[in-house]
Amino acid sequence: MHTAAGSQARLPIRSDMDLVWVRQHVRQAAAQIGFGLVDQTKLVTAASELARNTLIYGGGGTMETEPLTDGGARGLRLTFADEGPGIADLEQALSDGFTSGEGLGLGLGGARRLVHEFAIDSAPGAGTMVRVTSWVGRPPRPREES
Amino acid sequence: MSEAFGGPHGAPVSNRVPVLRLGDVLLVTLQGDLHDSTAQQLQDDLAESIVRSGAGGVIMDISGVEIVDSFLGRVLAEIAAQTDLLAARTVVVGMRPAVAITLVELGLTLPGMRTALNTEAAMELLTGQAVSSHFGGPRRESQ
Ligand SMILES: Nc1ncnc2c1ncn2[C@@H]1O[C@H](COP(=O)(O)OP(=O)(O)O)[C@@H](O)[C@H]1O
Ligand SMILES: [Mg+2]
Repeated sequence: MHTAAGSQARLPIRSDMDLVWVRQHVRQAAAQIGFGLVDQTKLVTAASELARNTLIYGGGGTMETEPLTDGGARGLRLTFADEGPGIADLEQALSDGFTSGEGLGLGLGGARRLVHEFAIDSAPGAGTMVRVTSWVGRPPRPREES
Repeated sequence: MSEAFGGPHGAPVSNRVPVLRLGDVLLVTLQGDLHDSTAQQLQDDLAESIVRSGAGGVIMDISGVEIVDSFLGRVLAEIAAQTDLLAARTVVVGMRPAVAITLVELGLTLPGMRTALNTEAAMELLTGQAVSSHFGGPRRESQ
């Protein structure tokens, strides 16, 4: 698997205006790569959830977008990174309904359901990195698996 | 109705969603990509408009909204709950299919949220009567 040429980008996440840019950028990148409307919407929604976490809990950070090719398959990878307080209990953070703030607690779990691949790397004091990848034309993963 | 989509001089409304009054009903049209602060402002504005106007219903047209994440979903749910407390009812209309599919996977089911396919159906739901042309032009309720 390698990175496709072009369209790699890194966006700052420092304000709720930046959340708008993140959504617009992911929408454009996903459309360009060939994602259909529903899959674009899923990716943009996942990105919005993760970017808001980066902003609110991580104290700001960045999103990187990377178009991918794997054989004939085309995909988009989004990486959200911050140097905030990190997450002590990942399982708890990922469970639906858990929030340490004022949210609905659906961001991490929901984002995981909306994409094909989901990875999170975080530790107290060491910041948080969430990486999601989706592939054009691949069916959504089964509901139970999430 | 074009008045609903722009500011006083047709400029795009960037940080406030206009609330229009149609008879006993307040009409809100959400469009494009909302800032978090804009959505929150709308929640406050609507509560005030309901109290001031004594409106019995709110129609939220989200046909122009391309994504609803858990933040906007929560705002919509809170608006519905809040109008209930103010003795009014909220109907959300025009959710795009891609948005509906995504919300289910996100896990946001919005229980208790009334929905309708279009504004006419929502109006019927709220007023209990078929929509005729006796409504005058929309009146700006807040801006
Ligand atoms: N980037 C982050 N840095 C620190 N904590 C985070 C981060 N992202 C998520 N969390 C923690 O995980 C919890 C669950 O996140 P999420 O599922 O998005 O729900 P919500 O945003 O509604 O709280 C958050 O309340 C927070 O405690
Ligand atoms: Mg969140």
